[in-house]
Amino acid sequence: MPQSLHYLKETPSQTAGPYVHIGLAPGAAGFDIYGQELGWDIAGPNAKGERIRVEGVVIDGTGAPVKDVLLEAWQANAAGVYAHPESQGDVEEGFRGWGRVITDFATGLWGFDTVKPGPVAGRSGALMAPHINLWVVARGINVGLNTRLYFSDEQALNAADPVINLVEQEHRRETLIATRQETDTGVVYKFDITLQGDGETVFFDI
Amino acid sequence: MNKPAEYYQRDREWQPPAYSKDYKTSVTRSPRYAMISLENTVSEITGPVFGHNDVDAIDNDLIQNYAKDSDPIGERIIIHGRVLDENARPVPGTLVEIWQANAGGRYRHKKDTYLAAIDPNFGGCGRTITDENGYYFFRTVKPGAYPWRNWVNNWRPAHIHISVFGSGFVQRLITQLYFEGDPLIKQCPIVNTIPDPNAIEQLVAVLDMNATIPFDSIAYKFDIILRGRRSTLFENRLEGN
Ligand SMILES: [Fe+3]
Repeated sequence: MPQSLHYLKETPSQTAGPYVHIGLAPGAAGFDIYGQELGWDIAGPNAKGERIRVEGVVIDGTGAPVKDVLLEAWQANAAGVYAHPESQGDVEEGFRGWGRVITDFATGLWGFDTVKPGPVAGRSGALMAPHINLWVVARGINVGLNTRLYFSDEQALNAADPVINLVEQEHRRETLIATRQETDTGVVYKFDITLQGDGETVFFDI
Repeated sequence: MNKPAEYYQRDREWQPPAYSKDYKTSVTRSPRYAMISLENTVSEITGPVFGHNDVDAIDNDLIQNYAKDSDPIGERIIIHGRVLDENARPVPGTLVEIWQANAGGRYRHKKDTYLAAIDPNFGGCGRTITDENGYYFFRTVKPGAYPWRNWVNNWRPAHIHISVFGSGFVQRLITQLYFEGDPLIKQCPIVNTIPDPNAIEQLVAVLDMNATIPFDSIAYKFDIILRGRRSTLFENRLEGN
């Protein structure tokens, strides 16, 4: 027998279940317990850049909206810097770049307000187009699903993006692009996530 | 500052697959296409940073954090352990959040209609930040088993839902803690989404008499393991030259 490696194994994931709100968004579950809930303000008051709203629904394999989803967003600021010591540069005071949002129990619609992120350096210096990293959990999802939201008005950067280009079937790349809409209340990007079937969103094993 | 280095890939044979026919809700919520494997970039190795300003000291005490006129009903327990990575290094300063049913198996949630009673003194959620050794603890009551719609007669083993961050978004994890000796564990279709019996055992908290407080609370130990990462950056550069 050779030597043993002695690595530990990652704790197995289990579904977040239908009552994920109690733990991660208790206000939505119907009660008030914490001094402050986390993740409702992604960018903070001082963030530079364009203020945007992102909205969508998560759709299951039958085409129905999923009404008990929790999403988390992780993004850089407008200068392409993440609020983390391993990202080069500084972020504005109050910018965390992380958000948590749940779907409306009746409609399945979710949405969050933030600033549009800037491009970020990818591996070996290849620039990545502006994007928001999304993580989706719900009843029936055994391991949280990772995807990325890119922006429809960044065609040139999207076309050169090394991650989008990992998707061999070009028509599937469209599932990663949020559609920009100018509305009375500001800029809204629509981004639906399809868990299964026609138009299934590209998910990443990160 | 550490030099950017990749996290070990997630072992998808150890983790449950997306589709598990006996966990019926997964049938229409599981992607059919293969995931695209993505080597870590700065978007994945970074993640939100939390501090003690984000939580209150009482947040990890579920016996007190929602109590109105008395303690909640139920068996008083302590859940404690460490958050480690696959290299067995502690993960300090990370956010751990839990939620659970009360001692009767009822959640304080407008969507839970199980006939067991709501406990007016029990909220059912808590959170804390690991200390410099990756250590965390919660005080709570032992949750009850509860029925759920899957097969006609399915009961969830007593469990506590746990959410953990780590330092990179790749480490993000939600899981469930079960209790040593519960006969419902081996029948549960959600537990059994995990194919490897050794992996299931990793979710079973063990009775810990050394941490049990005499005449007060029984303790269970539960360590949480997040993905490890390379310690050395060789040729495989993450960022530009
Ligand atoms: Fe549960």
